[in-house]
Amino acid sequence: MIHADDIKLIDKELKKFPDNQKQSAVISALRIVQTRHGWLSKEHISDIAHYLGMPEIAVMEVATFYNMFNLEPKGKYQITVCTNISCMLRNSDEIVQHLEKKLGISFGEVSKDKKFSLKEGECMGACGSAPLCLINNHTMHEYLTTEKIDQLLASLK
Amino acid sequence: MVKQIDIIKPSKIFPNQDLVCLRTMVHDDPGSIDTYLKIGGYEQLKQILKKKTKPEAILAELKTSGLRGRGGAGFPTAIKWSFMSRDYDGMKYLVCNSDEGEPGTFKDRDILRYNPHQLIEGMLIAAYVMGTRVGYNYIHGEIWREYELFEKALDEARDHGFLGENILGSDFSFDLFAVHGYGAYICGEETALIESIEGKKGQPRYKPPFPATYGIYGKPTNVNNTETFASVPWILEHGGQAFQDLGVENSGGVKLFSVSGHVEKPGNYEIKMGTPFSELLNMAGGIWHRRKLKAVIPGGPSTAVVPAALIENATMDYDGLQKIGSSLGAGSVIIMDDSTCMVSALKRLSYFFYEESCGQCTPCREGTGWVYRVIKRIVDGKGTREDLELLTDVSKKISGRTICALGDAAATPVLSFIKHFRPEFEYFIQHGHSMVNTK
Repeated sequence: MIHADDIKLIDKELKKFPDNQKQSAVISALRIVQTRHGWLSKEHISDIAHYLGMPEIAVMEVATFYNMFNLEPKGKYQITVCTNISCMLRNSDEIVQHLEKKLGISFGEVSKDKKFSLKEGECMGACGSAPLCLINNHTMHEYLTTEKIDQLLASLK
Repeated sequence: MVKQIDIIKPSKIFPNQDLVCLRTMVHDDPGSIDTYLKIGGYEQLKQILKKKTKPEAILAELKTSGLRGRGGAGFPTAIKWSFMSRDYDGMKYLVCNSDEGEPGTFKDRDILRYNPHQLIEGMLIAAYVMGTRVGYNYIHGEIWREYELFEKALDEARDHGFLGENILGSDFSFDLFAVHGYGAYICGEETALIESIEGKKGQPRYKPPFPATYGIYGKPTNVNNTETFASVPWILEHGGQAFQDLGVENSGGVKLFSVSGHVEKPGNYEIKMGTPFSELLNMAGGIWHRRKLKAVIPGGPSTAVVPAALIENATMDYDGLQKIGSSLGAGSVIIMDDSTCMVSALKRLSYFFYEESCGQCTPCREGTGWVYRVIKRIVDGKGTREDLELLTDVSKKISGRTICALGDAAATPVLSFIKHFRPEFEYFIQHGHSMVNTK
């Protein structure tokens, strides 16, 4: 079951497209459902497919193609760190090492208390304020230093 | 929803710029509609609708301006717009490509947060010229705050009667919507972006047919970059010639350069085409930590890297960068100082192309993986003397053998890094460690 509030949000997205092109809203629908649950289960995929009138496999194809979708449970806070060239030149490696040490996990892992997970990100289009990270895909933190990471982790309850 | 007030004046406005797309930045609350209206925003649209300006006249002005596609391809905008048939009376679409994911590119983000209304006005003018009734702005999924801000800007424009049916009482109707990606570099390629808007995997289409005849849902579609659209209202206000005169021959106007990497003041600099590289580097505060310049990728990783000696006397425009064997691309200037290990840098870029290949064409899907694994083997100290020839060979076999330009883009860094920094690669292979003492 898609949450009633999420249905409203998906319906808002559907208005952007012609009535017979519901599939166009699939990326938004996946994003909306993932934002609520933190990840997308087979059931979520199936619900979205049903709601948009798409074959499940077509929804799955999209969910696996775009790398901001999580197809398994993640920590309450997923931290995605960009390590691409502009961030790398501004010491994103140091940020990654600091996070790994503080959280006791590496890229692709979830902490034991399920509070944090770490992910390696590709270019986020904000390289002027490198190094940077995203919390749960939607909140960007820029000009990172190890001190800022400490503050950030302390603020995530 | 983010409040516009959260995005206050940028913390630093760099001097000596010629602001076109970012001209609101010198004002408080630069992204609001009030600010844009105060500087004469939406005036061009009003004039066009009032005078019922002929689309041909607008195209002529654009042609004079010398504006070329700012997303990287540099195709003349007036010509691209003229591909859309005005006689076709069925549905047609207009798309803005704000999916900037080419490493080192972050200019469109500043347009979206500091001057979204100039982009909207540019798209309205484009819609008027090409006769499109619906438009989409496809925004990079990672810049979520800018996506929300743009949605807010669209609401403001609708409230002021600039979007919707019978705009400002005319017979011109156009509506514009924000849509987003969710982590796929390839969607910056215009046909992949169209597939993505249709709710599919972002895999590029064969061309022809080109989007101008077969785009979204098979309808004629015109796709342009954010900076391209945002330049249009300024061009109509000041005239095409004024824009051309800001730049140099073949490279009209100003351009946003995103400077990142080893400089004191990374950021966007909107400057005249033809500005010497040395001047841009100075504006960005020079190389950080008083180190020396080693190499520059002038237009994003799909353009060739050039060593310091080559770029120090170059000018920042299409021809100036072509002369030194690279290109302007999207104006994504990545600066590397003398502490950079070029082998490790190439390893990261190769991983990027391997990760982002959509998997559709075999040479790219398999080749990018091979290239990454061979460079990784060198960095792991297990490289062999034959590896450099192998890398060159595989890269050349990707290039020109794929549906879209990602294949060529993946080959370019490999070939140019090895061409200009071969001794560094040979040293790494021979000694099992970098020639550079990473500071």
